[in-house]
Amino acid sequence: MANALLEMRGITKVYPNGVVANKDVEFSLREGEIHAIAGENGAGKSTLMKIMFGMESPSEGGLYIRGEQVKLQSPQDAIDRGIGMVHQHFMLVPSFTVAENMVLGMEPKKGVGFNYAEAVRLTEATARKYNLSVNAKAKVEDLSVGMKQKVEILKALVRGAKILILDEPTAVLTPQETEELFHELQQLKEQGHTIVFISHKLKEVKAICDRITIMRGGRSEGVFDTKEVTEQEISRLMVGRDVVLKYDKSDLPYGKPVLAVEGLSVSDGQGKALLSGISFSVREGQIVGIAGVEGNGQTQLIEALTGGLRGVGGSGSVQVKGKDIRELDILDIRNLGVSYIPEDRMRQGSAGEASIADNLISTRYRQKDMNKGPFLHGSRIAALASALVEEFKVRCSGPQQPIGMLSGGNMQKVVVARECSTNPQLLIAEQPTRGVDIGAAQFIHQKLLELRSANCATLLVSADLNEILELSDSLLVMYEGQIVAYFDNPSAVGEEELGLYMLGINRQDKEQTGRAAYHV
Amino acid sequence: MFKVKYFEAIRTAAVIVIALIIAFLIISLVSDHPVKTIGIFLWEPLSTKGHIGNVIEMAIPLMFTGLAVSLLFRANMFNLGAEGIFYFSGVVTTALAIHLSLNSWFHPVVAILAGSIVGALLSAIPGILKAKWNANELVTSLMFNNILFGVGLYLLNYYLRDAKAFANVSFKFEKTAQLSKLFAGTRIHTGLIIVLVLIVLAHLFLYRTKWGYELRMTGVNRDFARYSGMKTAKVIILVHLIAGFIAGMGGSVEVLGMYSRFQWTSLPGYGMDGALVAMLAKNNPFSVIVSALFLAYIRIGADMMSRLSDVPSEMISIIQAVIILLISAEQFLKFWKNRMLLKEAKEA
Amino acid sequence: MNSLLNVILTTDFAFSVLRVTTPILFAALGALISNRAGIINIGMEGIMLVSALAGVIVSAYTQSAWVGLLGAVLSGTLIAGILAFFTLKFKTHIILGGVAINMFASGGTVFILYLLSGDKGSSTSLASKVLPSIDIPLLQDIPVLGPILSGHHILTYFSILSVLVVYYLLNRTPLGLRIRSVGENPHAAQSVGVSVVRIQYSALLLSGFFASLGGAYMSMGYLSLFTRDMIAGRGWIAIAAESMGRSTTVGTALTSLLFGAADALSNALQVLKIPAELIATLPYVATVIGLIIYAVSETRKKNKKLKATITK
Repeated sequence: MANALLEMRGITKVYPNGVVANKDVEFSLREGEIHAIAGENGAGKSTLMKIMFGMESPSEGGLYIRGEQVKLQSPQDAIDRGIGMVHQHFMLVPSFTVAENMVLGMEPKKGVGFNYAEAVRLTEATARKYNLSVNAKAKVEDLSVGMKQKVEILKALVRGAKILILDEPTAVLTPQETEELFHELQQLKEQGHTIVFISHKLKEVKAICDRITIMRGGRSEGVFDTKEVTEQEISRLMVGRDVVLKYDKSDLPYGKPVLAVEGLSVSDGQGKALLSGISFSVREGQIVGIAGVEGNGQTQLIEALTGGLRGVGGSGSVQVKGKDIRELDILDIRNLGVSYIPEDRMRQGSAGEASIADNLISTRYRQKDMNKGPFLHGSRIAALASALVEEFKVRCSGPQQPIGMLSGGNMQKVVVARECSTNPQLLIAEQPTRGVDIGAAQFIHQKLLELRSANCATLLVSADLNEILELSDSLLVMYEGQIVAYFDNPSAVGEEELGLYMLGINRQDKEQTGRAAYHV
Repeated sequence: MFKVKYFEAIRTAAVIVIALIIAFLIISLVSDHPVKTIGIFLWEPLSTKGHIGNVIEMAIPLMFTGLAVSLLFRANMFNLGAEGIFYFSGVVTTALAIHLSLNSWFHPVVAILAGSIVGALLSAIPGILKAKWNANELVTSLMFNNILFGVGLYLLNYYLRDAKAFANVSFKFEKTAQLSKLFAGTRIHTGLIIVLVLIVLAHLFLYRTKWGYELRMTGVNRDFARYSGMKTAKVIILVHLIAGFIAGMGGSVEVLGMYSRFQWTSLPGYGMDGALVAMLAKNNPFSVIVSALFLAYIRIGADMMSRLSDVPSEMISIIQAVIILLISAEQFLKFWKNRMLLKEAKEA
Repeated sequence: MNSLLNVILTTDFAFSVLRVTTPILFAALGALISNRAGIINIGMEGIMLVSALAGVIVSAYTQSAWVGLLGAVLSGTLIAGILAFFTLKFKTHIILGGVAINMFASGGTVFILYLLSGDKGSSTSLASKVLPSIDIPLLQDIPVLGPILSGHHILTYFSILSVLVVYYLLNRTPLGLRIRSVGENPHAAQSVGVSVVRIQYSALLLSGFFASLGGAYMSMGYLSLFTRDMIAGRGWIAIAAESMGRSTTVGTALTSLLFGAADALSNALQVLKIPAELIATLPYVATVIGLIIYAVSETRKKNKKLKATITK
């Protein structure tokens, strides 16, 4: 390890809300290599990279450049030490030209003025030097995504970056653009730059990286030469199961289909398909799981089911109990008996400053039993809130405590309590146990199974394979907006096999995936 | 032991103490007899029945606008339009107080309701613009203040002005229109009862009805409200209507309760003061009473001070500015809150 | 109608347009700078009022109009600095901070005026100085243009110059580039080591600087004394002008001129028996209409884009 350019030793990062994002992570970067950090969402890649770029400081552990310990207080410190970063969400000023974006913060001067000609010259010179062609005078808002990324790379290079961190750089690119990027990265490597490449796309990692550090659950699972590991091995390390959950599931026959999605397709502005030809059904008493690496269309699918894509067209149908809901508003959809546990409990799932009781009634305060003439039925609401707090074992000082004061797990229990206690006929559960301690997670799982016994149809979207394999009666895998696999006995599916579908290495044929839609 | 949940109360108290200390410092610098002047400032408002009456009279319009602004802030709407509506509704009421002839029961009721309804409708405009097209409600409401003032002043000068009077004032109101006094020896008028009733109603509305519930949830987290199935655009328009109604009623009541002619030739400032009252009250209807009384108290104190000593009453606007700056400062005393949080976390 | 044209088509009218535009233009340029840095300074009215008073007091005590101007500018900038300190350091809400500044100024100026002169209405008892007006050689002899453009108050010329200065500052200097980047995408600015807070401090101080020039003009040019609440809404008109001008230097300057013309016209229109009170609301009405048009078109654009992006 003597020739390590940058090393991170024993990095642990605990966020103020108690989330442990990195635990004892070791990372070492050799000069002149392209080094991948691979892992699922939530594996701690982003945090590690933020620490590397001075955006976060580690709770424990240190960062060493050429063996010398350094403390990075800000991105500027990192820039000064030759570290550059290309963020996933571009850090560009849209109305500025490429040249203006390039020199922001280090503007060339002429007298008191800004020397734009020099900025253009510098941009063009840098672009030539690294063989990355850009139009220095074009406005950034008019550029394609691939071009913007080039500008970001040049921005880092012009600031003297020798180490370049790229955060999921291909996530927004077309295949052609990706190829071009790889070519550029190879050239940079030949010119002596060192590149950290964050990704969960194994093909890409295999294609251009020399070494790979695999992360899972905030820990590093080891460093490998990419030549020496197979995609299968990487996939196993990335998506392994840690604790095996076991639940007793009653064996009841499914009822009628409650949710039926038929040929749903939606695309974004660049013509990139977000969802294409999605068909599946969820029946009474059935839990259908959707597995997949995040960003493969799950979000858009959920939006289409919960009123979020109202008025934006697309093709295909989404029916709940035989009624097409694509143009219904949220209230109408909920009135059909649909409950929804959202992915983000802070943004959508709760009103932080409001009390637990207020949070519990938000989807049912209109019901007759909650009202007394024009007034809310205070005593019934209080009784309901106390009962739910007790039933769901929410640890709090009482139903009047603001929900924002609770821990993540207890907050999530409140969300789950609200959504599960209205006798839903269709429950859409999106990452229902994310960032929740194991106890609360198991409790939530039990509740989902209870609803299943009560004949509720459940669509479960989760990045947690334990959860999805154990709870689901049948399982869909999404990759790039499509259903690439369907299993009707998920507990028999190995995570390794699943990983191959999730990462796009394997896919089933149409006939197999078509079985998901056997409501027709 | 200080607890985090008392933090907001402690902070408010600290702001008030700092503001008073600054007041004392200013007085000490300016006055030849600082101790005596401070005494006047602090105790004169309580010295006679008339002075106590002054405090309450002053608090009435502050309660109206404070309540209106509280509701808007509760819905997380940054609208400062209460100022213009207060003024304009006063003009509308003036017109009816002069030109209608009704008995002394109906006359004020009709005049005040007309002012309130006009206020509600005017207030709805920024609300609709916000709800439908996301037009910044702050800028529109600030522009509306000036527009309403201009139009109101025009109506005063061209239609309501008493040419025989020496100043720019309206004709005298019909006696039947004026609000009756509640207590002999003071000018406290029935507007006090009206505003207290409104505050109780607002409390019930906010905490006991489903519309109030929707309003609160929309204010805390509009995404959450929408996700739960609430029609947040309607909620936003509704709160604008209600707040405009209350602010308008405030202007109408003030005109009929305190004056016999309309005589504002500039914006009276109660709308902006309402923002201060709402902030001190943490947007809580019942607390509006206390914070309006507090503000009225220090104003009357300053008024007395300027009459009985050598310090002008305008000092109070400096104090108000300090209170606003500190009370809305998120970071003020935050370090202390963090320390308390840490301590409680350790104890737990 | 003829009588109106007779009033408007005179060099006197054109001259007076520039005269009344001056304070609006200064403050609008100030509002422009802070807005471009992403912070709405609604304390313009207050800053102008304070600097108007400071100019009178300092010039009266030093018997120098120029030192008075310096005093006005320093005090106005100081007020902006206080606002900046509270909003950027203590995270006071910027709008409420602006409300506080206006409240402070409307009473505080009267308070200080009374302490120094014993009068709450105006500064007649203070022997304050005014800044000079300037006849421009050669130009003053040209017919029509001469009487319109020559003989103005020095700050009027300075306000026109300021348009160029602000344009240059925002579009041609490193500071301007940073100000615009902070207003448009603070994360981008931060990521390349630009201190967002420091830039916003500078922008607020600059907005105070320009607003206080407008204030100084009011009491040391437009009038030769301070009177209570003498800004009379010009700070708000300036904010409106900046908003109507869509936050561009040229747009802001032209709208200021337009609003100045409306102001000058309100006197002229009285010939036609159109009330001045209503004319005075024109800038605000225009701004609301402009805002609505903008908001509606933005919403349409967004919807269209969303539709285009998702259906395609």
